[in-house]
Amino acid sequence: MERTSNLLDEALAETTKNRVVLIEDCVETSGAFVLHHLMKRFLSPQSSTCLLIFVAFANPFSHYDRILRKLGCNLAMQKDNKRLLFFDMLMPQCTDEVVRKTGQAGLRALYHKIHKAVEMASLSESNRDIIIMIDDISVMEIAANGSSDDVLDFLHYCHTLTTQFGCLFVVLAHEDIYSVADRATLLLQMEYFADVLVKAEPLPTGLATDVHGQLTVLNKSNCYGLGNSRNKVHNFHFRLKESSAEYFYPGRLT
Amino acid sequence: MAATKARTSSFSRNFSAAPSSVTAGLKNGPNGTVFVSSGIPDLDKILGGGFPLGSLVMVMEDTDAPHHMLLLRNFMSQGLVHNQPLLYASPAKDPRSFLGTLPSPSTSKDDKARDHDVEKLSDKGLRIAWQYKKYFGEQQMSDHNRDVKLEYCNDFDLRKPLDRHFLNGQRIKCISLQDCSNMSTLLDCCSTFLSQRQESNITCAGRIAIQSFCSPQCDFSDLDWDMLSFIRSLKSIIRASNAVAIISFPASLLSSSYSKRWQHLADTLLSVRAIQDEDKELAKLLTGYQDMIGLLSVHKVARFNTQVPVILDATTFSMKLQKRRLLVLECLNQAPVDGSSGSSYGTTGSCFGSSMAGSLDF
Repeated sequence: MERTSNLLDEALAETTKNRVVLIEDCVETSGAFVLHHLMKRFLSPQSSTCLLIFVAFANPFSHYDRILRKLGCNLAMQKDNKRLLFFDMLMPQCTDEVVRKTGQAGLRALYHKIHKAVEMASLSESNRDIIIMIDDISVMEIAANGSSDDVLDFLHYCHTLTTQFGCLFVVLAHEDIYSVADRATLLLQMEYFADVLVKAEPLPTGLATDVHGQLTVLNKSNCYGLGNSRNKVHNFHFRLKESSAEYFYPGRLT
Repeated sequence: MAATKARTSSFSRNFSAAPSSVTAGLKNGPNGTVFVSSGIPDLDKILGGGFPLGSLVMVMEDTDAPHHMLLLRNFMSQGLVHNQPLLYASPAKDPRSFLGTLPSPSTSKDDKARDHDVEKLSDKGLRIAWQYKKYFGEQQMSDHNRDVKLEYCNDFDLRKPLDRHFLNGQRIKCISLQDCSNMSTLLDCCSTFLSQRQESNITCAGRIAIQSFCSPQCDFSDLDWDMLSFIRSLKSIIRASNAVAIISFPASLLSSSYSKRWQHLADTLLSVRAIQDEDKELAKLLTGYQDMIGLLSVHKVARFNTQVPVILDATTFSMKLQKRRLLVLECLNQAPVDGSSGSSYGTTGSCFGSSMAGSLDF
């Protein structure tokens, strides 16, 4: 890509196909901006063959539409161009039968929709990049009436899609919910099959106006190669703006 | 385009100069949001204008003290003064009786007295530097009040009950949480409340206040997932309508992972804490400790349609009752440490001694 690359792009450089990306955040620092960044990247004109399937549990379409428009990407247009498939699971009027079914049935219906879309896309054009994004797993658990097994099943199925069709699977989860030992299963399993782990945390010294938090990117796929191990963990600070975000190494703020 | 129109400025105050286009009690904010007042002028200022319409506000209670009631009362009163419909749910047997404790907007005489107070302070001229910020903020705020006093946010006199005419002939609905055996009845109440508003074509905002949501009096207090899915559904119907919901809950009664889930679901997250009377350490550290009734922390500020987080100067504020009537929030002011700081000049050589480190514990 000829765009000026930043630290986050560098850290996520090889994540195009066959990968699972897990984003972890907490109450103090939201990690949603990583999703926005990736959405913009995949819907940019450079990667014109991408299909983005976005499952929104946390925020409605209008919220994402406004944010991405400020980032320079028109979601409504991408929707018309069939490059974006948006499942709004929050707003009742937009959602059809998928949400009205709760629990296991709802998740199953959602998976079938995703599966169908992925299959159609890969049939129509081989070698097409397909990205599946889920913006909040913990709300998905609520939608499944607290059955984390059902959610795990769902995530496993989506994981199989990544190998079968070469999709990229991006998931956001709130780490602090799962910090208690007996609740950790879901997050541990996700961490296990994630290839890239992005963790958004507040600064240990508290909030600041010019540094909004720090990101730790663990790229597991790099670890296997010899001599590459020094690239394993990227750690940098970020500052968010309406139209972009700045990423810099600690203390290198210009 | 709507987006460009709403984004003329990120300063919400500009809009208060031209309130004619907006209904009373509403204020345009950045990113196409519309604010309603929390009923506490200082809190509105801290949050950048108030609570955005469509947001879910959560207040974490202190189980020992009823400070969350102060927030709820002001929030509800402000809505009634603006003639906005109100839905109130509480675990009490007779929730309607709570309406009798709502505060009334302070009369203009009180306001003048308050403004006068501030002016008097600003006339004094010389001021010690560490206190300066406090007065500066207050002065700004009173200017702000004068502009929007009638339209947007009132000061409430906590000792004067709200006039009856505000309570009668209004669309006020009260529910006792004890009567709700399961969550779906409560959710139905909320959704009919919101849809009634839409049917009767009322443009003004609606307010939903739910007090002590997961308290043990409620039948459903052990159904963690049901409560969560209620909050999720409430959040989605609130988002779709012109309303704000505020839920206070005793966070300590929930297990830590569930409490985190609740906090993640909140758009705006506040917590209140009582302070002990006899906390000598704290009394030494903070000025005006005697007047404080509690602390209010802002953990999360709603950010709709934007990815930029709101970074506040301070996240913890002291709650004070001015003249025992008006609820004000102030930044915590750390008192200069008397005596020990003086002695450190004398003994420059040992200024990093253990005694210094002990007293200046930031």
